[in-house]
Amino acid sequence: MSVQIGRRSLLGRALAIGSTTLLTACNYDDLQHPDLADRVLSAVSRWNDRVQAVLFDPAKLAPIYPASAITRPPRFNAYYGADQVRHVDGATWKLDLFGAVAEKRPWRLQALRALPQESQITRFICVEGWRVVGQWSGVPLGQFLRRIGADTRARYVAFRCADGYYSSIDMPSALHPQTILALDFLGAPLTPEFGFPVRLRIPTKLGFKNPKSLVALGVTNVYPGGYWEDQGYNWFSGS
Amino acid sequence: MRKRTRSRPLHPWPLRLMHWLNAVAIVTMVGSGWQIYDAAPLFGFRFPAGITIGEWLGGAIAWHFAAMWLLVLNGLCYLLWGTLSGHFRRRMLPVSPRAVLRDLLLALRLQLPHRPGTYNAVQRVLYLGVLALGVLIVVSGLAIWKPVQLAWLTDLFGGFAAARYVHFFAMSGIALFLLVHLALVALVPKVLWPMIGGGRVEEAVR
Repeated sequence: MSVQIGRRSLLGRALAIGSTTLLTACNYDDLQHPDLADRVLSAVSRWNDRVQAVLFDPAKLAPIYPASAITRPPRFNAYYGADQVRHVDGATWKLDLFGAVAEKRPWRLQALRALPQESQITRFICVEGWRVVGQWSGVPLGQFLRRIGADTRARYVAFRCADGYYSSIDMPSALHPQTILALDFLGAPLTPEFGFPVRLRIPTKLGFKNPKSLVALGVTNVYPGGYWEDQGYNWFSGS
Repeated sequence: MRKRTRSRPLHPWPLRLMHWLNAVAIVTMVGSGWQIYDAAPLFGFRFPAGITIGEWLGGAIAWHFAAMWLLVLNGLCYLLWGTLSGHFRRRMLPVSPRAVLRDLLLALRLQLPHRPGTYNAVQRVLYLGVLALGVLIVVSGLAIWKPVQLAWLTDLFGGFAAARYVHFFAMSGIALFLLVHLALVALVPKVLWPMIGGGRVEEAVR
């Protein structure tokens, strides 16, 4: 994991010179060649991952809200505009499984719908600072992981999406009772904008840790990173 | 009986060290905080990119959540040192509204004498105020960072959105203090060197 840290501003430059006199004229935007400040910030970010893992209480539930608190209309967010949303065909879609999983048979949408579903009205907090309240329902991820014979002692659960997005979470957060593979949003099947046919809904983490339109799910001990995480967002990003 | 005096540093070395570490932490926290604010502004303005730190949201968050350790650890050292050394008791207290009003009026008439080694009542109330804002900004920051794990704290501020406003206004108060602080240093530049070298002050031996 590396952090892309820009210091175009005068203030930032002055500070960087003041705090790290060893700075050399590196290309700040080259993730393959992080400079000293990049490496220091990455190390602190990994430290913050560990601190947050300690702060995480597996039994602590995210606040739940009444239906009247639901944000309408819902707010679209992705790393691209709403006009570029990729449409997934539910009839041919399948969820591939990889890594430390006993039963790697891909899952169809009807099979996921046949599993017991849980509903939640929770708050979605974006890393940018805004928040919305929504209602999601779907299959608790912990139950799904046990169903597919996943090694729940592994460190990471990784997700890949139809639009090229990807992310990963720690196993304790994956087993949290409010972490679900959401199929419905606001009482109806997910729309393409909000992650049809299946998205991760995890109210104990920031919004970008809720990948949409999943196509693959895996369990691994090798750090899988993520679309934003690989660019410098803190990996754990717990709420 | 003849009064004996001895000389001591105006600002002892731990205070100087913590002052400048805090300066680095505050500038980094405020600059990166402005960049984070710009991603979802609370008001109808954004901070110009030229005065923010981190260049983009991810960079700003990395700076913010690194400098927070410096701010908090250094701040805790300061509170501990200030309590144990008697710094707070001897330099910051007492402070009465009457004395603050008296010294404020003197200061506005530019008649407030500068006595090295002694904080006047306006200084005392400003320092105590900015310390309280420092505590408030850290606690409201925790409420924004951990609104699930520390939900009770977030609720104390009236929720996640309210905590963001508290965090913003605490920053504004600290920034305002800094403006006054730097203006006074510009007005009386001789106070700058003792904060670097320590300075000397004579005091009576009891």
